[in-house]
Parts: sequence; C-alpha cells; structure tokens
Amino acid sequence: MDIPSLTIESVRGGLLARRFSAVELADEALRFAQAENPRTNAYLHFSPERALEGARRVDDRLARGEDPGPLAGVPVAVKDVIVTKGVRTTCGSRLLERYIPPYDATAVERLEAAGGIILGKTNCDEFAMGSSTENSAFGPVRNPVAPDRVPGGSSGGSAAAVAQGTAVLALGSDTGGSIRQPASFCGVVGVTPTYGRVSRYGLTAFASSLDHIGPFARSVADAATLLGVIAGRDSRDATSAAAPVPDYRAAIDGRVKGLKLGLPREYLRDLASETGALITRGVEQLRELGCEVRDISLPATDYAIATYYIIATAEASSNLARYDGVRYTSRSGDSETLADLYRNTRGEGFGAECKRRIMLGTYVLSHGYYDAYYLKAQKVRALIARDFEHAFREVDAVIAPVSPFPAFKLGEKVDDPLSMYLSDIYTITGSLAGIPSMSVPCGTTAAGLPVGMQILTRHFGEPVMFRLAGALEQQTS
Amino acid sequence: MSSSAIDLASPESIARYEPVIGLEVHVQLATATKIFCGCPTSFGAPPNTNVCPVCLGLPGALPVLNRAAVELALKAALALECEIPAQSRFARKNYFYPDLPKGYQISQYDEPLAGCGHVEIVVNGAVRRIGVTRVHMEDDAGKSIHDGFRDSGRYSYVDLNRSGTPLIEIVSEPDMRSSEEAYAYLMEIKQTLQFVEVSTCDMEKGHLRCDANVSVRLKGAEKFGVKAEVKNLNSFRFLKQALDYEIARQVAVLESGGRVVQETRLYNPEVGETFSMRSKEDAHDYRYFPEPDLVPLRISEKWLAGVRGVMPELPAHKRARFIGEFGLREYDAGVLTATRASSEYFETAARVSGDPKTAANWVMGDLMGLLKAEGKEIGESPVSAEHLGDLVKRIAAGEISGKLAKEIFPKMFSSGQAAGAIIEREGLKQISDTGALEKVIAEVIAGFPKQVTQYRAGKTTVLNLLVGQAMRATRGQANVTVVTELLKRNLAGGEKC
Repeated sequence: MDIPSLTIESVRGGLLARRFSAVELADEALRFAQAENPRTNAYLHFSPERALEGARRVDDRLARGEDPGPLAGVPVAVKDVIVTKGVRTTCGSRLLERYIPPYDATAVERLEAAGGIILGKTNCDEFAMGSSTENSAFGPVRNPVAPDRVPGGSSGGSAAAVAQGTAVLALGSDTGGSIRQPASFCGVVGVTPTYGRVSRYGLTAFASSLDHIGPFARSVADAATLLGVIAGRDSRDATSAAAPVPDYRAAIDGRVKGLKLGLPREYLRDLASETGALITRGVEQLRELGCEVRDISLPATDYAIATYYIIATAEASSNLARYDGVRYTSRSGDSETLADLYRNTRGEGFGAECKRRIMLGTYVLSHGYYDAYYLKAQKVRALIARDFEHAFREVDAVIAPVSPFPAFKLGEKVDDPLSMYLSDIYTITGSLAGIPSMSVPCGTTAAGLPVGMQILTRHFGEPVMFRLAGALEQQTS
Repeated sequence: MSSSAIDLASPESIARYEPVIGLEVHVQLATATKIFCGCPTSFGAPPNTNVCPVCLGLPGALPVLNRAAVELALKAALALECEIPAQSRFARKNYFYPDLPKGYQISQYDEPLAGCGHVEIVVNGAVRRIGVTRVHMEDDAGKSIHDGFRDSGRYSYVDLNRSGTPLIEIVSEPDMRSSEEAYAYLMEIKQTLQFVEVSTCDMEKGHLRCDANVSVRLKGAEKFGVKAEVKNLNSFRFLKQALDYEIARQVAVLESGGRVVQETRLYNPEVGETFSMRSKEDAHDYRYFPEPDLVPLRISEKWLAGVRGVMPELPAHKRARFIGEFGLREYDAGVLTATRASSEYFETAARVSGDPKTAANWVMGDLMGLLKAEGKEIGESPVSAEHLGDLVKRIAAGEISGKLAKEIFPKMFSSGQAAGAIIEREGLKQISDTGALEKVIAEVIAGFPKQVTQYRAGKTTVLNLLVGQAMRATRGQANVTVVTELLKRNLAGGEKC
C-alpha cells in the first residue's frame, strides 16, 4: 500500500473492493506515520487505540453492508488544539503536557462518525500563536519539502503530515492564517471556512471571534469532502451558523467561465517577488479558463495588522486565563501564596510568544485604554469587512497571495516577532471579515519551495471558492 | 484586615448627616439547569458532581445561553418596572480566582438586559420610590472552601457545583436615605421576586446576596460624599447592622476632621463592624469586553409579550386592590401580600367567605398562629383556603357563633376536615330556633327567681348571668342574640302578670 498517495476515493475504492480492511490500513498508516515522524516532528503523539477502534467500526459497517461513511477508513491527523476524549491534547504547551480531555470536539465527533480514522495529534505553535510552529513547547516541525525550513504555522504539524503523506487529511485551526499559510509553505490545500461554518466546540480558544477549524488535504476535492463532513450547525456553539451545508465536492465542476476575480491593488503593489510571479501566473491560467480579472481596492488593508493584533491578543489574554495551575494544568511546585501559584505556574508554563500576546491583550483591554485600542479596532474591523462587501458586489472572488514569501529557514525569524506579525498581512484581512478563504498550490519557486494562491469569497461562498481552486489545481498539476 | 479602633459618632452627630445608600443585589434564578450548560442547579449534591466541560471551563468548551434563565430575568425586569431594550449583550469580566474556572465571569456590562426601573417602599408611613438602575444576567462562580479539611491549614478546596448557576444583579440608584429604607428595599425586592417566582430568594442558601454603597453628607448638602462599598450583607439583620455601623463610622471620620476613603469594606457580623478589604488603588481592573462566544441577546416583541402574558399580579398592585376592593387596612394588606402563597390563600378564602375583612383576621390570626406554632408555611396549611372561607361564611350566616368557630378551627387544622364535617359530627350547630329555645328560657326564669326579681326591679345587669345560664344549658350552641331577645321579652312579659 502506498500510503502517501492515498486519497479519500482510493481508500474507499480499496475498502469496497476488499483490497484491504480499514484495520489493515489504519495499522499500516500508523506504522508508516510513526516511522516517518522523526523527519518532521509533525505529530506530537499517536492515538493507535482510537484509530484501530474507529477502523473496526468501519469494517463492521462494511461487513453489515452499510455505507461506511464519506471518510471511511481515511487516516486523519488532528491539530493538538482540538480536544479528543481520552487522547492527550497539549496545545503545544507545557501547561497541558499531561492534559487528557474528557470530551470530543464536535468536528472530531463528525469526522469519526463519517468513518475517518484519527491517527494522532499534530504539533503546533503554543495555543496556535505563531506562523512557523517554532513556538511549540515540544520542538519545531520541519517542512517535508525542505527540512531546513519551517512548515509555517500555527498548524505546521497538520500541513506537514499531509504533505509528508503520513495522513490523507488533517484538521487545523486558523485565527489569522494558521491553516492557509502552512498549506502554502508545504504545498497542500488548506481551507479556512466562513466563520461559524464549522463548530468551534472543542477547539481550544485563542481568539474566539477569529478562530476557525478547517481542513488540510492534498487535493481540493478531498478538502471539500472533509469540510462537508465537519460543517454545519452545532447547538453547542452559539456562533455556529444554521445555513444548510451544500455539496462542496460537487461544486468542483470546472465551470469557472465568466467568474469575476478581483485583484486587490493593495496586496500586489509590493510583490515583485517569485511569489508575486507565481500568483500572477495562476491568475493568468484562470483568465484563460474564461474568468474575468479586475483591479479592486481594499483600502482598510493598511490597518489590518494592527487591528488583528489588538483583537486577537485581547481575546487571547482572556481565553488563556484559565491555565492557572488550579485545575488541569501543570502547577509550579513551590508557591506559598495564591498570587505566587499564578505567577510561577504561568511564568514557567507559557512560552515567550504567549506571554507577549497575553501582555499585549491585557494592556489593550485595560481601564482607560479600551476605547483607544479595542473599541477602535472593532470599528476598523467593520471597515475591513465592508471593503470585502463592496468588492463582492463587483467580483465573485478575491485572489491574493497567502504569504509575502515562501517557507523560511528554521530560526530565521524567531527573534523578530514583528516581521513575523507583518507577514500575516494577506491572511489576516479575510479572518477579520469572517469570509471563507483557502490556499491552493500554484507552483514552486526556483528553489523548489511551494507557493499557495489565496482565494477568498463572500460569506458562505465556499462552493465558488472550491470551483476556482479545483480549476487552478487542474492547470497546475 | 485592619481592626477599626475608631469611635463611632454620637446619635446627635449622626442626626446632622444624611446617609446615601445604593444596593447591589444578586439573585439566583430558579432554573432547573445552569445558565450556559445543561448541568442541574440543585443544592447539596456531592462536590464537583454537577459539572461538565462548560462549567468546569475546560479548554474548547463554549457557553450556550439558557432561554429559561432569560425568561426569569425578563420576569424580574418586568416586575421591577424596567425598560427592556431589544438587544443586550454579554461581556467578560476578567479576574483570577481559584473558584472562577474560566478566569472570567460572563456578565453584562454596557448593554444590560434591562434598566430604568423602580420599586416603591413604605417606611414610617411614607411612600418612597427607589430607582433600579439596571438588571443584568451573569453566571455564578464556584465555592472556595477554606476550612473543615484535615489539611485546611495549607490548602483550600474548590467545589464547582455552583459554577454557572444563573444570577441576575439588580443595581439600585443611590436613592435610600436610611438603613430602614435599605431594609425595606431589599424586602420589597425579595417579596417581588418570590411573587413572580423568579427566585426562592433563600438567603441562607445564598440565593439572595447583597452589597451596599454607602456615603454620608451634611443634611442639605447637594454633593454626595465619598462612598464605601460594604460586602457580605447576607441577611436582613446584617444589612441594617452593617449600614448603621458604617454610617456612624463615616460620620465619626468626618466629625474628627478626617476624610472618608473610597474602598471596599467587609462586614463581620461577629463583631458587628466593617473592615477595610481593599482601597480604590487596589481595585480590580476587570478588563470588560464583549463575550465573543455568545451572540447578542435579542428580545423580540413576541418573546417579551409571551413573558408578560404569564406574569402574575405584582404585590404592590395586589396590596392596592385588597385595600380598595376588600376594604382592608394598609397594614393587613401588606401582611397578606408578603408572599404570593399568602395573598392567594387570602383571596380565595375571602371570596368563598363573602366577608373579606373577617377572612383577613382569620388568616392573619388563627391560621398564621397555628402555622407558626408548627413551623409550617401557608402552602402547607392543613386547612385549605376554601375551608377557611367556608368557616367564615358560616359565621356570617349566623350558623355558628364566632366563639364556636374558634373551637372548630383547631379541629379543622389538626384533621384537615371541613367545618361542616366537624359541626355535623359533634352536633355543634347553633340553635336559633325560638321554639327550641323557649323551653330553656322558661327553665332559666324558673330556676333563678331572685335574679328575675332584681331584673324586674331595674337591675338589668343580671341579664348577662341569665343569658350565660341559657347558653350553658345549650352547651354553647344557642344563638346568643336570639337568647338575649327571648329572655328580655319573657322577663318583660312576666311583669304584666
């Protein structure tokens, strides 16, 4: 069995033709992933019992002649910020090194109900804060394409696992680009759906109003299928959307003729790079397929970074308060007072990036500063969303880079958080607007580094997004 | 905690000042489940058993608002005559404490559920309107237990059963001018919320908790003085004691040339004093911001109309109606409307009896006396409102005397039987039939010739003795009015012979 080349369809075909059982596949996929993992450190831990139990359920269904589900037997990796009952969920943090959740995230439940097999949990920046996965307390992830480079972040482990071929699919989370950027760096498909499209129940919160769960896959079709499985209203998440879930897979029909694409001039003005050239080439390919391309403007873009890092850190400072040493987190040993317990536990437990964001967020919410920072940021956020609304009156999709540059070297930017923040510019705007966006591979640089093109559509416009991504995938593969 | 070594002000000094008091009242809503999850709110379960990922604040768990809690909060807001905007919003109040598992409380901040309400209180015969600034919803924290364990010297324990219990906070305007008014306000809030069945308001179980903002100013002054917030006022008695202490303390500080500092003080009921807990400088910065896990709470006209439709008559309205419709005295109307159960009991009894005033006396006197003696609530009364009403009706109809009714009622109370059954069984019906009584009267006149002569000689006071004899002869069943009339007629008749 060639594990790295499996697709949802090939797994299904193999199972239905009885070429292998789900248990055999799970067993082999686990062995392969465990053997390959030292090259990348993509997985933090494996969940063989859970995987084999899931595989047995799929085999039972097959034996009874039942439909084994749209993801039957498919090996999936899950980012370690998404909780899994009975399987350690560390969020890449020392504080949760031994934390075993007593419940499953909704997305995990749906994934398994569809027959998906969870092999293990993937490495990430601590509490999903970072763009390189170097902020993990458990060591960085290496990019499978170029092992001296980062896989992007924060969902670097999930992107790497899919790129490396140790999982067919992966779940990641995206707050400001944490799915799209690693997908771009690793040369896989990564989707950030509309805010509220996938339940956040069980996703460890970083910035609640920006957090999304979304799929990674090696093909647009597989990403679409996975999104279809995990999307939909969940009564346990008050912000989840009730809108019906269309057949995303069926939307990939090649019919892109006449679709209008917007190129934001604010995004492309300083992109005289290889990345820029590859995006331009991708747009040309879509034009050749009959898309119309227009120049558009997203004037509030200049404020996006500041806005994002105020809102995201403000929410993070509150969301991370619960890791205090009182209940399930690790606890610092010698504390005489309650204040010491908090200080020591959090001082020792959090990494530098988390501390930086907690302090920044605490500051912007402080008495006397709230109006100047948080409230103003919320107003600018509304302006950014309005920019997109205006754009979508004219165009069906906005095309943008994912990152200004391809995967950088491990350690290259780790001491320069500001430049790391600035590189989030193209993904952050879509996050603030709550619209769907994805990264689809559009070529590689001369050095062989993958570059993803970002496609953004209006709220719940995932079908158009998948249609365009599928068409581009056809052209580039 | 610093011990307060200051002397309190004299009554003369205090009399020159006017206290200004506002109350913050927390009320536990009487829902079956918590505000943001499905865990039961029941009291007394083993520690940390009524919990789930949401109320434990586990990573990834999210709150979902309980509609039943919103409906109770709306009932409270309507009962307090509040305005209810179409939209309110939840906000996070951030602070660290071991019994606060999320590291923040989900409360409401700049967009509360309701505001601009009021209640009316009566103190020393004067009616005063106390403004209700706002009513907002929030979740309760867990409970820290600092003693009772073998290692309590070193560790505290946390029970999160209470975490996520739905609360409303009712903030008053600084409209109260004495501890008596604060007491009356809190009582009015309690009775009103019990009436509309928003809360049991059981203070012992912490279902009703109160903090006070207190300042004093020279009488006639316009500006408010510097206020202190006094916490831990968890009984009506403590509220009054703490306020009286705090008022006297502040007056003493000012009279001795000092200044009141803005601070939070804690009432210690064991010594009857308030102690400084933290100064303004140490005050928490709660870093409020809108709760991103919840959508804004929209109250549609339809929803609000539905809640209005199930609102019972409010106590103040009921009081006014009892006075107007039944002619009750204000005090009696107040006693009878103290709880919804007593008001409903009385109203039923009054209607059955046809004599509301007498019914009121029976409910407040005999019934409440016996209930109190047995430690029972009116809802547990063995005598139903219908049965009490029926008893009063029989008195009004002259079927039994008031005196006889007083003997029958305890039997009704102990047996749960209706008056009719007891009268029937014991043959207690009042004798008003003049024919049946003539014989008895004749016997009395024959048996007491001396008194008869005295009466006829003009000493009419002996009549009482003769009436008493007639009553005794009928074992108290004779209608005393009829007996008196018959005696008078017979005695007068005899003179003519």
